[in-house]
Amino acid sequence: MSEPLLRATHLVKEFPIMGTGGLLRRPATFRAVDDVSFEIRAGETLALVGESGSGKSTTARLAARLLDVTSGTVELDGEDVTALKRSELNRFRSEVQVVFQDPYSSLNPRHTVERIVTAPLVYQQRTIPGGPRAFTRSLMERVGLDPDHSQKYPAQFSGGQAQRIGIARALAVGPRVVVCDEAVSALDVSVQAQVINLLRDLQREEGLTYLFIAHDLAVVRQIATRVAVMTQGRIVEEGDRDSVFGAPRHEYTRTLLDAVPRIRPEWERQRRANAGRS
Amino acid sequence: MMLLEVRDLTVTFPTPRGPLDAVRSLDLDLEPGGALGIVGESGSGKSMTSLAIMGLQPRAARRTGSVRLQGRELVGMSEADLRRVRGDRVAMVFQDPLSSLNPYYTVGLQIEEAYCAHRPGVTRREARKVAIAALERVRIRDAARRVNHYPHQFSGGMRQRVMIAMALSTEPELLIADEPTTALDVTVQAQILDLLQEIRRETGTGLVLITHDLAVVSEITDHIVVMKDGVCVERGAVEQIFTRPRHPYTQALLDAVPRIDDEIGELRAVAPGLAVAPDNGGPV
Repeated sequence: MSEPLLRATHLVKEFPIMGTGGLLRRPATFRAVDDVSFEIRAGETLALVGESGSGKSTTARLAARLLDVTSGTVELDGEDVTALKRSELNRFRSEVQVVFQDPYSSLNPRHTVERIVTAPLVYQQRTIPGGPRAFTRSLMERVGLDPDHSQKYPAQFSGGQAQRIGIARALAVGPRVVVCDEAVSALDVSVQAQVINLLRDLQREEGLTYLFIAHDLAVVRQIATRVAVMTQGRIVEEGDRDSVFGAPRHEYTRTLLDAVPRIRPEWERQRRANAGRS
Repeated sequence: MMLLEVRDLTVTFPTPRGPLDAVRSLDLDLEPGGALGIVGESGSGKSMTSLAIMGLQPRAARRTGSVRLQGRELVGMSEADLRRVRGDRVAMVFQDPLSSLNPYYTVGLQIEEAYCAHRPGVTRREARKVAIAALERVRIRDAARRVNHYPHQFSGGMRQRVMIAMALSTEPELLIADEPTTALDVTVQAQILDLLQEIRRETGTGLVLITHDLAVVSEITDHIVVMKDGVCVERGAVEQIFTRPRHPYTQALLDAVPRIDDEIGELRAVAPGLAVAPDNGGPV
């Protein structure tokens, strides 16, 4: 077995509760992430699933070093990155990037696509291979956007296209790991399918590793290699995708799977049969 | 007689580039006690349809066509008469219960206020009884105590139950629910959908459910209207739509839905330029 690319061990994150504590008294804390451990191998997708308040997004933010841990460690390729300081974080950030849920609020509305997708390299004071224009064009092509639109602004794109800009920005630094925090949740179903396909293609072609945060289990089924189910800050079940979906062991996983609305499978079969005939 | 009969409903907005139809020539029919699903993606006109049925479209918009509730024409009705219909004969539930409830008042007071607005002359005591009964009907435990709580003291799912309780307090014939479970967690969504089903069975209230979620409509409605770009592209009984969709857009939409039960090699994307011709097959 190869070594995991990203490993989180005993992650804990506590937030102070507003209005508690005083001059000499420490504020009470809320434990959003409570002893969470996981590993992701290169080229795989680990999906963290759970309902609101389960701690899945906080866990993703800890793993991406967007938040500091209260305790526990994050390792990338065997190196402890939990306590990296500013300059060292640049190196980490060129390995691990994040795609957020709402493309419009995570893209600067006053910047062109070119400025947005080259920004990570500029911040890291790296040279832009081939110059900004050519670099942006090739990135846009990789994510299925028209490269002639590199001087447009986010508002001029549809939701699905804007999310592709977010993905292009994440890919700009050539990361090995991409953390997708509800990256397809805000999209219409037709557009969502395209973005899922794009993420799968990028993984197949470039060997990307994903930490995929989602509340939509049907989406997770399409993209995950492994699945970890979170509730109340803890992982209650983890396993290969098909075993978690097919033979869930934990009561909470079963409740979650049962609650998902479904189109009747027999209708689905009939539709496929009918579509095949016509 | 149909509970709801919509004919040639059109909602037009003036824009700098000329008038734009948000909804165009829409026909809907709902039998008493029936459940009609209106599905579509963003921009399809489904929410504008639900607002226009009640005459709640934005001021700038022009609404034409006919909306009959139990045979009574609502288009052209005076605002005062309309107000008596809304909330009394027809009630609405929206996506976000927190922004529909007033944070300064207890939920009991808000249900009582909604009820008293339509039942002039009822006493406070009677209204309180109705509020408690309404909370009980949506399976809120300890309703007599909870009636004195403020919206923030309820979880998201419980707040949506409060909204449904308020909507049902006047025993309307029709409930219009616009994405009522979209903001909720999946386990809570399942409870709210079950509740809507139970209420339909118990009270015979007709339901118009507006949603983007095909799986949700497949579970709780008996007829479906598929909308795109303001027009109905396909309509039919739920089983027919899900087993023999005729319109290419409906077919593409169904192909694009991710399934929890299996991995699809390649999710088929909906072609962006897919031609949309209104469905002229007549009302359901």
